[in-house]
Amino acid sequence: MSAQAAMAGLAGAEAATTGGLNSAGPAPVRIVVAYGFWLFLLSDIIMFSALFASYAVLSGQTAGGPSGRELFELRHVGIETLCLLLSSYTCGLGVVAIERRRLVFFYVSFALTFALGATFLGLEVSEFVGLVARGAGPSRSAFLSAFFSLVGLHGAHVTAGLLWLTFMVAQTAARGPRDFVRRRLLCFSLFWHALDIIWVALLTLVYLMGAR
Amino acid sequence: MEQHAQRYAGSIDQAPGVGENEHSDSMAMYTAGLGFALLLTCASFMVSQTDLLWPPGVPAGLAVLAIAQMGVHLVFFLQIGTGPDNTNNVVALAFGLLVVTLVVSGSLWIMAHLNANMMPASAIMEMQR
Repeated sequence: MSAQAAMAGLAGAEAATTGGLNSAGPAPVRIVVAYGFWLFLLSDIIMFSALFASYAVLSGQTAGGPSGRELFELRHVGIETLCLLLSSYTCGLGVVAIERRRLVFFYVSFALTFALGATFLGLEVSEFVGLVARGAGPSRSAFLSAFFSLVGLHGAHVTAGLLWLTFMVAQTAARGPRDFVRRRLLCFSLFWHALDIIWVALLTLVYLMGAR
Repeated sequence: MEQHAQRYAGSIDQAPGVGENEHSDSMAMYTAGLGFALLLTCASFMVSQTDLLWPPGVPAGLAVLAIAQMGVHLVFFLQIGTGPDNTNNVVALAFGLLVVTLVVSGSLWIMAHLNANMMPASAIMEMQR
């Protein structure tokens, strides 16, 4: 059913070249699942865009409190960025490994992904704790409220991703690299890469532009 | 399922992250993507921390670098390409981008005008007296 729905959706785009539904029948489950998950990721990005817009509007409203230039430490942020980029890479390698049925390589890659993701999260939490300790908590100014909700939502996504990763590693260990397990691992890797894209926007708008 | 996949191979669509030659190409794609992403990140940090670029042009430069890096992530990590098999993914992405642009630029535009047309707080206090 969902395969047919996906086909109907693409029929419009393909109609010009193939004249409607393809004769090969509905797409394989793996294609349909990944396409559906891609739509979810796009809607997630749209949700983030609302918070980006509110941050952009409120970033100057410091209410006499500290501004980004006084608060952000770019060295710290650089390490966070490096962690996320490398974890995206190891996550991609893990998915390649599971497709080739190389389980040891897969476990090592995903363990590294988890470690890098957890390091990122630890750095972010320590940054938040430091800000609150300096009296620059989310209730200090509109700028800081927008900052904490935008960066905090990204952090919440990373936390959810780490939980999902742990669950998927356990499932792979229990059920082996079957079709449905590999589909879920593919979705997880798409989620993790999408978080990276959001972090690039966040790094540029919040930290690099804010610290100038 | 296996038969179906074979019958299907080489016909139409592709999904994000599902490369055509998953077994040979993907590793090289990820490595190239990581290289480009690291380069662009370093460039962003450099542009923001030094006076390499003409200072009033720095935000625009950062925006260009960020958009380039998001493109790198889409192509090399999510593997959304421009090939004919990728039409659905690109159409969905284009719609997402349209909504994101409307939300962000619309909010900024409206709030800038509201801000400009707002009576100063002192004048409002005067009126209430």
